Amino acid sequence: MSQRIYLSRRQVVRGLLATTAFGVTAKLGTGCTPTPETQATTAGSGDNPLVIGFIYVGPKDDYGYNQAHAEGAAGIAQLPGVRVVDEANVPETTAVEESMRNMIEEDGVTVLFPTSFGYYDPHILKIAQEYPEVQFFHCGGLYQEGVHPDNVGSYFGYIDEAQYIAGVVAGHTSQTGRLGFVAAKPIPQVLRNINSFTLGARSVDPEMTTQVIFTGDWALPVREAEATNSMADQGIDVVTCHVDSPKVVMETAQKRGIFCSGYHANQAELAPQGYLTGAEWDWTQVYTNYVEMIRAGKTLQNGGIPHLVRGGLQDGFLKLSPYGNAVSADAKQSADAAKAEFMDGDMIVYRGEMKDNTGKVVIPAGKNFQQQDQELEKMNWLVTGVVGNVSS
Amino acid sequence: MINRYNSRNIEAICIPLAALLFSLLLFGIFCAFAGADPFGVYASIYRSAFGSWRAFQNTLLRAAPLMLSSLCTALPARLGLIIIGNEGAIVVGGLGAVAAGLTLSTAPPTIVQVAMAIAAILCGGLWIGAVGALRHYRGVNETISSLLLNYIAIALLNHLVGGPMRDPSSLNKPSSYPIAQINMLGDIPGTRVHYGLIYGLVACVIAYFLIQRTTFGFAARVAGGNIRAARIAGLPVGKLTMMICFLAGSCAGLAGMVEVAAVHGRANESLNANYGYSGILVAFIARHNPLAATLVAILLGGILASGGSLQRSHDLPDATVLVFQGLVFLVVLFSESLYGRFFKEGSGVRGQRSAVTI
Repeated sequence: MSQRIYLSRRQVVRGLLATTAFGVTAKLGTGCTPTPETQATTAGSGDNPLVIGFIYVGPKDDYGYNQAHAEGAAGIAQLPGVRVVDEANVPETTAVEESMRNMIEEDGVTVLFPTSFGYYDPHILKIAQEYPEVQFFHCGGLYQEGVHPDNVGSYFGYIDEAQYIAGVVAGHTSQTGRLGFVAAKPIPQVLRNINSFTLGARSVDPEMTTQVIFTGDWALPVREAEATNSMADQGIDVVTCHVDSPKVVMETAQKRGIFCSGYHANQAELAPQGYLTGAEWDWTQVYTNYVEMIRAGKTLQNGGIPHLVRGGLQDGFLKLSPYGNAVSADAKQSADAAKAEFMDGDMIVYRGEMKDNTGKVVIPAGKNFQQQDQELEKMNWLVTGVVGNVSS
Repeated sequence: MINRYNSRNIEAICIPLAALLFSLLLFGIFCAFAGADPFGVYASIYRSAFGSWRAFQNTLLRAAPLMLSSLCTALPARLGLIIIGNEGAIVVGGLGAVAAGLTLSTAPPTIVQVAMAIAAILCGGLWIGAVGALRHYRGVNETISSLLLNYIAIALLNHLVGGPMRDPSSLNKPSSYPIAQINMLGDIPGTRVHYGLIYGLVACVIAYFLIQRTTFGFAARVAGGNIRAARIAGLPVGKLTMMICFLAGSCAGLAGMVEVAAVHGRANESLNANYGYSGILVAFIARHNPLAATLVAILLGGILASGGSLQRSHDLPDATVLVFQGLVFLVVLFSESLYGRFFKEGSGVRGQRSAVTI
């Protein structure tokens, strides 16, 4: 049976290969003509409950970045007339586009908070163009006037202010004068936290140093534990971090009997003995502000809501974890004093003359950067007192 | 003869279907324990994966990269090699595509796209080809070396987009310079599914014919069945190994090109989105049959597509979809042990199965 059709089979194969090859090239040809999709959408934009969608890149109980946002979402879900739908563990691929689409089309979401930095370009920008009547608020993205769609806004907080205060507490608490910072990547947001933490500690004792270790990615629990352990081995007695989930760092610090300072959310229960304080987001406040503006009929499209929203302690964007048992009265006093200065808007963290840890002047004498300064969002140096380097 | 083929076909259709139904039943029980209505959950899964054309596009979009990625494991498996370097090949392919796309940015779009595809195919192919060469010349275990090459590929990606290829304006998410909009692959007209789906389908069909219907594929299967016999028969085992590995890597590389040219427009850490590891699952469930891989990829795509509505409509935790995926795959893999149990006439069928046409 197989012998009879053996020869023709080969020919069939060749024919098929040739046609598919032709097909591929033909498709590549048509691929270059962009086909804009114009879909008429009818998202519920009445006075019915305001449906708000949240998307997180990781789990909602990560003791970190995503938990902070999920707590914010839970906070506004309690407001009357607001319904929150959310999805966790959505990767920064076409998956997030599909999630946004489903929320808009199936749940009638009119306001979206896709919270991970990597969702912005290209995913949010693409979906925002498709659904011009839906408002997209993105955490940390840099909105560019005139370039990005009108219905996209961005918000972020100067969390380095809280890190500065945590640095003050750490500076008071450390016996060895050596602090540790487990960081994900040498990008501006992270470097700014490291620098502010160090400056806070050095405002207490100018001899303080911060050892920084970059793990290379946002969630590498094994590396984070290794880094914390090696810091404890070196005699570092206060660690903090900037990774997506500080859980492992805090637990390791607890195990090693050293102090730790939290980040993103409250991790006190993970290290009951050594937890000093922590730099936390207060997204509930931020999201409540947005809901109030939207209720008042303001939108991004009509210019009622600014496209760029930034804020610090003063604006209620941040909070500090309650001080732990190990924090001395002195430390509390200076930390509260620093906090009061931030609340009054008097504190300037980055003032000249400031040198980086290679001795190069990075802020000339007489030059002071306000927190809002765009220049600080491009930071690519580590301040004097930090042990480590940005290219590692 | 005919009888045996028939019974085998019946098994090949009925066993996976029964496994699927059984895993749905298990998942329903799980949902009931988690406090959700199982029938509501079934309805949601169906609705959000296959219920409408809009939902089905979501499924296809998620299935597209998995088809190409699964070939990276499925092809070498026919030669008896277990290669799990899919993720690395995708990443390297994506890097190659970006490099080509940026170098030739002024050429006509079609040329740029073809160049990106070729660069990705070459990079991915050489990456996994190297695994084959290590295996053949140095006797390095291909599973371990391909797994380790994944980490090297990801480190290479992070290094290149954080250093030499970095666009200085990408502050908080280091990325390469973007490919010009005009050089991007569009969507298949009338849908929001990108061309990766067509590439995947075509590649799977070609792979199927290559393995099942050509002398080259026959030689590969013989070597996979018994490598010593193949050597004695005079088959060029080394060449076969490296060629199959090259082809496998080139498929995954092409998946990387699609990610870059149709989705992200630039290379960054999002390239490393676990499509490689899902591809390994697809290949194993499909029992390394490229045609079956297309169906399995669509099934997995559907499962992933339903994850969102499980969270939104049923308040189930985000890991629920992984539980579902895990249950389906465990049950399907377990059902493998049932082949040949229902029709007893076959002697030694199990051993031959991988080397014989389906």
